[in-house]
Amino acid sequence: MLSFIARRFAVAIPTILVLIVISFILMFAAPGGPFNAERPLPPQVLANIEAKYGLDQPYWKQIVDYVWNVVAHFDFGPSFKYKDRSVNDIIAQGFPVTLTYGFWSFVVAVIVGVTLGVFAAIRHNTWIDYLAVGISIGAQSLPNFVMAPMLVIVFTLWLGWLPGGGWNGGQVQYLVLPVIALSTSYMASIARITRSSMLEVLNSGFIRTARAKGLSDTRIILRHALKPAMLPVLSYLGPAFVLMVTGSVIVDSYFSTGGIGVYFVNAAFNRDYSVMMGITILMGALTILFNLIVDLLYAWIDPKIRY
Amino acid sequence: MKLKNTLKASTAAALVLIGTAVYAESHSATHPVTGEALAAEQMFTYSTIDEIPSIDPGLVEDVEGSAVVRDLFEGLLNQDSDGNPIPGVATGYEVSDDMLTYTFTLRDNAVWSDGSPVTAGDFVYAWQRAANPETASPYSWYIELMSIENAAAVIAGEKPITDLGVTAIDDKTLEVRITQPLPYFPQMVTHGTTFPVPQHVVEEFGNDWITPEHFVGNGAYVLTERVLQERLVREKSETYWDKDNVIMDKVVMLVINDSTQALTRWQAGEIDKTAQGLPPGQYPSLVAEYPTEAIAVPSLCSYYYNMNMRDTAPEWAKDARVRQALSLAIDRDIIVEDVLSAGQFPAYTFTPGATAGFEVPTVEAAGMTQAERNEKAKALLAEAGYGSDNPISLEILYNTSESHKSIAIAVSQMWKQTLGVETTLANMEWQTFLEERGNGNFDVSRAGWCGDYNEASTFLDLMNSSSGYNDAGYNNAEVDALLAEAKTLEDPSANYTKIEEIISVDVPIIPIYHYTENFMLNDAVKGWPFDNVQQNWYSRELYKVAE
Repeated sequence: MLSFIARRFAVAIPTILVLIVISFILMFAAPGGPFNAERPLPPQVLANIEAKYGLDQPYWKQIVDYVWNVVAHFDFGPSFKYKDRSVNDIIAQGFPVTLTYGFWSFVVAVIVGVTLGVFAAIRHNTWIDYLAVGISIGAQSLPNFVMAPMLVIVFTLWLGWLPGGGWNGGQVQYLVLPVIALSTSYMASIARITRSSMLEVLNSGFIRTARAKGLSDTRIILRHALKPAMLPVLSYLGPAFVLMVTGSVIVDSYFSTGGIGVYFVNAAFNRDYSVMMGITILMGALTILFNLIVDLLYAWIDPKIRY
Repeated sequence: MKLKNTLKASTAAALVLIGTAVYAESHSATHPVTGEALAAEQMFTYSTIDEIPSIDPGLVEDVEGSAVVRDLFEGLLNQDSDGNPIPGVATGYEVSDDMLTYTFTLRDNAVWSDGSPVTAGDFVYAWQRAANPETASPYSWYIELMSIENAAAVIAGEKPITDLGVTAIDDKTLEVRITQPLPYFPQMVTHGTTFPVPQHVVEEFGNDWITPEHFVGNGAYVLTERVLQERLVREKSETYWDKDNVIMDKVVMLVINDSTQALTRWQAGEIDKTAQGLPPGQYPSLVAEYPTEAIAVPSLCSYYYNMNMRDTAPEWAKDARVRQALSLAIDRDIIVEDVLSAGQFPAYTFTPGATAGFEVPTVEAAGMTQAERNEKAKALLAEAGYGSDNPISLEILYNTSESHKSIAIAVSQMWKQTLGVETTLANMEWQTFLEERGNGNFDVSRAGWCGDYNEASTFLDLMNSSSGYNDAGYNNAEVDALLAEAKTLEDPSANYTKIEEIISVDVPIIPIYHYTENFMLNDAVKGWPFDNVQQNWYSRELYKVAE
């Protein structure tokens, strides 16, 4: 087990390095630069700025310097766009925000999604099943950029219950709408995966044996069926969790939460190289970490899997 | 000196206002001058579309950032509600007879928010810092634009920053030397780049000096909270020299990326003012619903199309008659009334009519009906040898945006119907667009320009053959000469009029409309400078009346 974890970490390091290099190449391949503007800067001013950010260096040196600063000093450099802030500042301020609403979205999505899926499966082909499938198809096909304005119109403008956006230090009332907007489509996917995998498990031999032994339905489902049925759900949850805690562009920009999701797109538009790199690395590292956690959970759920 | 007298007169007026004001400690229930009943809570909340790149005066580069900087810091001069310069940290100034040396006298009671006095040395430090290549300020060119002695050499790193033409004669006297007379120089020191910064704090904390923990400013407000992409909060400063006349206690800026969302939150009463730019097409219905709160004010910005006049341009583009025909065939009224419908003004000159001291020349096209313009356009195109047997096809390049697209579609229809010109539309993502346009890879390209200061040269300098912003590649020696001469004249308005006349014939650009600023403003908020064409607002001028 420990050697498995060690091996995975050993593979993770080159993976992240490859990620950095590819991102760098893509970044420089894109036309334009961080300091192009409606009114181009005078050449001398541009030269000063490029010198300050090291853009006058050859590409290989920029990559090496960048990697060195990240590895040796954990310094992701200054933001090219927000000139008095560094990437570390931006992530330190924005990541807790997305982590908070992403985590609660995850909790909501898992609880509601699994419940819906299980009920749909055990009441297969009844109105409960149809209702649950209907809800999850509806939730999945309603994109969050449609969902978000609808939530604001209903809860902010008509009912006046909740603020239409902002974060304000993460008070509960600011959390509700982003969590609903972010969790629905994940919830729908989880419900569908749970339902189909639960159906498969319920039809398998060991469940039939359990029924033949005369166990109660509740016991069969909670004790015997749920755990194996969770395997496919779990492989979905790993990447989904990463996507949720690194935030959503739609949620961040629509609800003005100040999370890092919004930088992912804005940094690309602004050619804010350092912010783009910082967030790419953060997401890459989290993805690797959570895939590892999922793999370890597999072994716990399914005794057949050994590392 | 004429300028000095104007300044004194406004100082006197301000003093009279203050003198007549019976203003009790903290908030009396009524406004000291107008007598309106004031709201109990004096808090102003407004939204911006994007996070501000920087609120450091030395680095500030955008309109919203400048508004924050004007609250947190105070420069030599401020603007009154009409945009005229009035005393700020400087109580007044003198100009030498050759108009090349300005001597500012600083007030004794100006202090930083940590209690230390604001000195002439703070200004020297700030200006040297803005020009210093190590600071790499995107607005260092502004110091050069002000024509300060040695600015270009300092920015290029060829001379030490101490050679910059700004000197502290003593703690309260600042001397500025410029290399050419600039009639609008006093206007220029109302801009954030020229504001002082506290040397002792900047040197101690580096980039972090501008965070709420370490912030020290000399403005009417101090920075109390900043969350990137979410909010920026500033509160009334207790050390500001004129704090007794500041009514608004707290100002909150929220970043709301989506203009529809900002409008919804304004309707829900969460914000007092939305960012400039209402959702496309909504202004007419908003005016009907909120006649006093849906605002449209003229602004110093022009929307135009560049005609490619480089050697590499297609043959037809080199013929002035074709360019004139294309310009004439655009029905600006349809564009402002039906496509944009937010109170914009049709443009026949590059410089907006609202610009100070600018007399709009009688450009021929402006006086004609659209039917007459179309007739003339057809005649010009035929004369140039183009028509159904020899059609022109061209491409309009614009950056991806709904409104740019709508305008391009409307224009292409007008060209097609009136002139038989075949148009294709090419939209590009912003950075790619800038690169293509800058390199001259276009037939016709969309552009917008906003004045840096309230004077026609901020627009017309773009027509200079050596201007870095001359994307059309326009090169007319007479225009260059008129621009050069204008810098030396006490009243250059005749030159500006002449240049507009020339470009209306040469048509390097097709002016389409002059922008308006559209926003929603809560009725309870008073003191907004509607008459300041640059919309340079100061929170300390605002107050909320009781509902």
